[in-house]
Amino acid sequence: MDADQIAKMIEEKFSGQVLGTVTHAGQVGVMLKSEMIRDVCRFLHDEPSIRMDHLADLTAVDYSTYPGDTGPRFEVVYNMISTVYGHRIRLKVRVSDDDPRIDTVTSIWQTANWHERETYDLMGIVFNGHPDLRRILLPEDWVGHPLRKEYPLKGY
Amino acid sequence: MSSTDATEKEIVQKEMTLNMGPQHPATHGVLRLVVDLQGETVVGCDPRPGYLHRGIEKWMESRTYHQIIPITDRLEYITCMNNNLGWVVAVEKLAGIIVPERAQFIRTLMAELTRLSGHLVWLGTHALDIGAMTVCMYTLRERELLLDLAEIVTGARQTVSYVRIGGVRNDVPRDFLDKCREFTALFPKKLEDYDTLIRQNRIWLKRTKGIGKFSAEDAVNYGLTGATLRGSGVNYDLRKVEPYAAYDKVEFDVPLGREGDVYDRYIVRINEMRQSVRIINQCLDMLPAGPIMTDDPRYAVPDKATVMTNMEALAHQFVLMSKWVNMPKGEVYVATEAPKGELGFFIVSDGSGRPYRVKIRAPSFVHVGALPKMVTGHMVADVIACIGTIDIVLGECDR
Repeated sequence: MDADQIAKMIEEKFSGQVLGTVTHAGQVGVMLKSEMIRDVCRFLHDEPSIRMDHLADLTAVDYSTYPGDTGPRFEVVYNMISTVYGHRIRLKVRVSDDDPRIDTVTSIWQTANWHERETYDLMGIVFNGHPDLRRILLPEDWVGHPLRKEYPLKGY
Repeated sequence: MSSTDATEKEIVQKEMTLNMGPQHPATHGVLRLVVDLQGETVVGCDPRPGYLHRGIEKWMESRTYHQIIPITDRLEYITCMNNNLGWVVAVEKLAGIIVPERAQFIRTLMAELTRLSGHLVWLGTHALDIGAMTVCMYTLRERELLLDLAEIVTGARQTVSYVRIGGVRNDVPRDFLDKCREFTALFPKKLEDYDTLIRQNRIWLKRTKGIGKFSAEDAVNYGLTGATLRGSGVNYDLRKVEPYAAYDKVEFDVPLGREGDVYDRYIVRINEMRQSVRIINQCLDMLPAGPIMTDDPRYAVPDKATVMTNMEALAHQFVLMSKWVNMPKGEVYVATEAPKGELGFFIVSDGSGRPYRVKIRAPSFVHVGALPKMVTGHMVADVIACIGTIDIVLGECDR
């Protein structure tokens, strides 16, 4: 199944949740509202014709200095592929600066555990319901989240 | 009963927390594990990565796409060529750069030589950890030949920075191909030697069979990739799923395991080495003539001779080296099959010559995350076997 079709299926199943799709270099990203992210992931994982069993990557982007961007500051990005069918999709969810939180998907993919911890550590996104949300790469008493754009590259 | 005697019940129930690493020769770098033990049985494991965290993703945001190539050498520092390739393939996807066929074959050839090199280090250290010391001496001897081959082409033995956006840095010297053939003629025999040393060895079998088991379903769910995943019988190899370089033009099989234990992953990697030799031989036979750099004038770094004699080429080189060119806006996630597993780069471009955000999906990081599941219930000595079997490098895990 190609990625456009998967995007369409998400739209049919979760009407009102999809904010749009972006395509670059043949890769499709589906922009979603943050409330239903766990349900969408569960659907993509369980639906027999999609079977997104491999969450390749989960990360976040700070859009605060992106030229022309006016949306909420952070975007949590889920890159997934089906090892059965070989098709890919990317989910993109914006979360605001004042309360950067989103539901965890650890119950769907165990691998999300460490990816979410890393995203929390380096970008400061809080994952609701995460079993063990601690810093992972930086020391426990570290102050700040280095991948945020205002964090200086030098001088620490 | 004297007061020093403890009943069996008391001994079993007393839990001990053991700190392994970060300075420990069997942790393959600076991995630290906090292991909870009951007697010698592991009941809990909490890996604490980060001792080698250098903020590479943050650093990349301030470098041009070209300047990032040598940074990727510092991720998985045993198989630098595959990191270079992973990054460059992602950038080419972002910008839609078409790479000439000769460059694609050279990339494939070099990537497979490096894969052999990586697997040899894995085999040597893995066997050493479990107590088979001899194998390490042999594998490092053959790896020396591979480093020599890398040196002939790139001038460097490890941190090669050889792959370029749009092609490769330089063509391969004439004698390199002959030396490569010499190596591929010699290597399968050597591989048999290592294999006979341990495959039937009773100690090896005891230490690896049934240890660190992962069912196919769990392995995918925990995000395992590469040979670590294929040991569980899941046929997922990015060289087949999403072919890059010249992998769609060469023939090779994807070795699979069945049990998903340390032993099966060993068999898979040994067989992968055989397949790599097959790929290298095909690349040598099929290596087409032609250019080694894209003809897209925006991205092609002009060759040195032209730069020295041509004013425009000099100016263009200056621009490319100092600020690169404006890339298309957008984002891509491109994954390649590095020797350790799926090495993915997620790039967000804001249209400038520097990436807005780069996320490195490092297989070692994900594999260390699966370690607690792998070791729980085994003996403390098996932890060492499990660290070896997931084949990690901490430079990549911590980034």
